[in-house]
Amino acid sequence: MLKTEGLHYQYEGGESELAFPDLSIQKGDELLLLGASGTGKTTLLHLVAGMRTPTRGQVALAGEAFSTLPTAARDRARGRHMGIVFQTTHFVRSLSVSENLALARALAGCPPDEARIQGLLEELGLAHKLHARVDALSVGEQQRVSIARAVVHGPGLILADEPTSALDDANTDAVLSLLRKQAERTGAALLIVTHDQRLKDRMSDRVELNPIA
Amino acid sequence: MKASKLARRNVLHRPLETGLSVLLLAFGVGIISLMLLMQRSLTEDLDRNIKDIDLVLGAKGSPLQLILANVYHVDVPTGNIKLADARKIMRHPYIEEAIPLAYGDNYDLFRIVGTEPSYAAHYGAEIAEGQTFEAPFEVVLGQEVAAETGLSIGDTFYSAHGLTDGTDVHRDKAYTVVGTFQRTGAVIDQLILTPIASVWGVHEDVEDADEEITAVLLKKKNPLAILTLPNLLRNTPMQVALPAIEMNRLTQQFGIGLQTIRAVALLIMGLSFISVFIALYASLRDRRYELALLRTMGAPPQRLFSLVLFEGLWMTAGGILAGLVLSRIGVVVLGQVLADRFHYDVTQLAPVWGELVLVAAALLVGALAAGIPARSALKMDISNTLGQGR
Repeated sequence: MLKTEGLHYQYEGGESELAFPDLSIQKGDELLLLGASGTGKTTLLHLVAGMRTPTRGQVALAGEAFSTLPTAARDRARGRHMGIVFQTTHFVRSLSVSENLALARALAGCPPDEARIQGLLEELGLAHKLHARVDALSVGEQQRVSIARAVVHGPGLILADEPTSALDDANTDAVLSLLRKQAERTGAALLIVTHDQRLKDRMSDRVELNPIA
Repeated sequence: MKASKLARRNVLHRPLETGLSVLLLAFGVGIISLMLLMQRSLTEDLDRNIKDIDLVLGAKGSPLQLILANVYHVDVPTGNIKLADARKIMRHPYIEEAIPLAYGDNYDLFRIVGTEPSYAAHYGAEIAEGQTFEAPFEVVLGQEVAAETGLSIGDTFYSAHGLTDGTDVHRDKAYTVVGTFQRTGAVIDQLILTPIASVWGVHEDVEDADEEITAVLLKKKNPLAILTLPNLLRNTPMQVALPAIEMNRLTQQFGIGLQTIRAVALLIMGLSFISVFIALYASLRDRRYELALLRTMGAPPQRLFSLVLFEGLWMTAGGILAGLVLSRIGVVVLGQVLADRFHYDVTQLAPVWGELVLVAAALLVGALAAGIPARSALKMDISNTLGQGR
């Protein structure tokens, strides 16, 4: 589903070029990308998600070139194939919970599916929040809605950025199993990027990033 | 979800900022549209009343007053003239039609105008009920007079002396209503017409029997009348005034005031566009994560551009719509005031062409005001933006 080759990135005015290990995940697989602060893991995540263009190397998504696409085409491909769970949750605040999910489907090019949205929210214990304003949700509810939004359009790859770093052990387990269950349900690949060492024991496939020299 | 729909939701999600922009624009558009509507009503009204009256003959004094008094019936006359003197002008070979007017009394503040049936014919006033006036003290009521006073055929009434006061009532001779006119839209709707002899009859005891009239409305046969007649009148107590020229002078005097109002309205509109710009710009800073999020969900940069542009256009459209509604409320209110004070009807709500230009210009400037924030949404770096969210 995702394959990176020889990714390098140099920040404007940066002293040296960052080099990243190659990643490869098949559908249904999961991979933990573990690195402490300052290892460039956010940069790598943004490269993988096509939010930055690598100075060298490339990213292939669903068997097709991704990182070399023009911006608009990359945005569309990302919307269609990826679902991203950000560390800080953001929503379109003028829309309700279900409208935010509907928007994710629409932007991914999927037909409207109210039943799917309702079913998903029920699964996450949020059925009663269907028409709630996103501002009115608790932090935990917001995170669950953002997971729902990342999977509502059935993406082939779920990217999660520090999904557990602010959570206690019990909630860490809950969120991890939620992500796994949703990935499994849609047959998606799951890539978790984190510095949270607790996940190390819970996931077998992992790549560790080394501090940049 | 279409960009336009999301834009509408976003705009409604910020009621204060949106409200300020809409309010400012509504006032700017409203004032200008109100001026356009009033201008149309007044121009049409002025023209309808001038209709084919090239000259007005009356006593010396302010020519504008002569016109306002005798064509529009909104001012007091400049005085009276002798019918015998007036006849010389009325029968001048350069004159095609001459309609004498004699008045000085009112009923319920509606003027009782002594004239000839040609006056009604000139404005195309047809008899709605009854018949036209023939004998002295027979009157035909203009449509508004009939509606307001409730008088109907066969009713009688006494006139009051003067034009602006209903207290000094002549108790000697009563007028009898013999007919009513259909609506004309001209000043005749506000008048009570009667033969000139009735007016003389009322004032017989007050003035010399040497018959006097107030003014004569003249239609020229030959353009030279405009040059010749003033010379003929040089050493007489009479003058002729040209309605077209006097009204033109009057509207030019108005013009300076109107230009000031227009400048203020344009200033308010300008402020409203700045407010649209600021509202959008501030909201972009406030929701940069939200916009970056839309990109990560698959919205290309152009989509964000059109989203912000649509937000500006919604605000502009809201302001325009509110402004057009405001101006119509204004016309109704002003129309009421003018109707009460001058018996003038200006209540016309149909759109005017100038408003189309106004709407198009406002939408264009609104799009430009939204363009700069929209461009910054287009250029946004999502990686940096989301990176700051840590």
